[in-house]
Amino acid sequence: MTQCSVHRRREHRVRRAVLALCVALLATCATACRRKAPADALSHGRLVVFAAASLREVFTRLGSDFEQAHPGVEVTFNFAGTQELRSQVEHGAAVDVFASADARHMDALLRDARVLDPVIFAGNEPVIVVSREAAQRVRTLAELPAAERIVLGAPEVPIGRYTVTLLDRANRTLGADFRARVEARVVSRELNVRQVLAKVSLGEAQAGIVYRTDALTAGASVTVVAIPSELNVVAEYPIAVAAGAPNPELARAWVALVLSPAGRGALAQAGFGTPRAGASP
Amino acid sequence: MSAGRLRLERGGLAVAGWGLLGFLALPVVALFLATSPSALRDGLSHPLVGPALRLSLLTTSLSLAIVVGLGTPLAWWLANASGRAARALETLVQLPAVIPPAVAGVALLLTFGRRGLLAGWAYPTGSSLAFSTTAVVLAEVFVSAPYFVQAATSGFRRIDPKLLLVARTFGAAPLRVFSRVAVPLAAPGLLAGGAMSWARSLGEFGATLMFAGNLEGRTQTLPLAIYTAFESDSRVAQALSIVLVAVAYTLLLLVRWLLARTAAGGEAA
Repeated sequence: MTQCSVHRRREHRVRRAVLALCVALLATCATACRRKAPADALSHGRLVVFAAASLREVFTRLGSDFEQAHPGVEVTFNFAGTQELRSQVEHGAAVDVFASADARHMDALLRDARVLDPVIFAGNEPVIVVSREAAQRVRTLAELPAAERIVLGAPEVPIGRYTVTLLDRANRTLGADFRARVEARVVSRELNVRQVLAKVSLGEAQAGIVYRTDALTAGASVTVVAIPSELNVVAEYPIAVAAGAPNPELARAWVALVLSPAGRGALAQAGFGTPRAGASP
Repeated sequence: MSAGRLRLERGGLAVAGWGLLGFLALPVVALFLATSPSALRDGLSHPLVGPALRLSLLTTSLSLAIVVGLGTPLAWWLANASGRAARALETLVQLPAVIPPAVAGVALLLTFGRRGLLAGWAYPTGSSLAFSTTAVVLAEVFVSAPYFVQAATSGFRRIDPKLLLVARTFGAAPLRVFSRVAVPLAAPGLLAGGAMSWARSLGEFGATLMFAGNLEGRTQTLPLAIYTAFESDSRVAQALSIVLVAVAYTLLLLVRWLLARTAAGGEAA
């Protein structure tokens, strides 16, 4: 017998085995899928939640509540910048729920029919954080230009866009050159809120503008100066079930938890504002 | 060995090698394919590109000069030193390559920052290197030097000790042995290490963002500009990445060509 024919026979055997395996897999899948009735969809499986980085603490806490309420369910989070998450969703990531820190990214996904019925579930307002040594120097928004080194978000990221809007509004009440006076002190335009916060809490910058929820995580290393509400912009956080969610039942249950009194309580504790129930973006 | 076996072994090696080549090349190809010529034009005319490209070329040239200037003597010493302490120090030099870049940036702030280790000692308290172009160069040196030092050390180790001995016997002073004999003989290793180290500092992102910040024309290098653009429009970021890839590929090809020439020159001599 030649080596070649042995080789070919072995190949046939392998091919037959692979085929059999495929058929078996299909069969199990078919029965399993038929067995998966909506009634027990909430008692097993994996819920994948994509959420803006600022939601990490609250969502992690709600996640363990959710797993306790639905034994057998595992909640997996992907926390990142909203733009990154949007890209991942657009490239077909298997996601059940998407919670965004920026209504614009959610709107874009809604236009592509990648999410269903977004709801605003939280608001986050920009505040000024001041380093320890500049605490006496900057006590109000009007005193912001007195800081020697200011760090802001880049205009491309949501916090930077809100900052530009509120500084423009402040021009009307605090003098036409207010924004220019602030920007003359800017030493860096950071790509995310945590970078702004890190630089102020390390004392490299004297002041920065971040979300209230982030400012709360820095503890005593920074002082928080509120921005007058008539000038401020509130960042709206929409949440939605993904159109191709592998686990739509669990996804809806998660959204319900976030909108429930318990969810709103956890959000409020972390510094988020919670909007009237049922507001749509 | 039979002809069949030989073919099989050669084929196996080729499949393994080409498999990795494909894995490395395909994402770059995909990046090019996903970017239309008009998007590339928009990307190139994006206001962030010019200043960022200039700053990247300036800072990476400076950091390469520092890495080569200080790294070559260090590598020469490491290659000649023996003992456990020397091996421990050699490993220490490799550490910055392992530290995640953002943490490296924090570490640099904790060293050279306003409240850093060296504050009040190497410079007056309350001043800082952060947010300056110097900080960009320092971040690049920190993350890229290990690649050069490693390559240069192995380059020096490959030199035939007899050649160095001959030079010494003829009365050459240590500095002369180093500069006239060791460096020319290790040139291929030095060039290859320099290229690796330069490529690493061109792509450097995390430590720069943390230590130097992100300000156009001052600390915003090309990778930072790409990430900034990505936040508003990922297509512009793709186009900018193609610029980065093209610049890097051209310069690395140039180094290859130089390497080939040095090797040829070495054989001729």
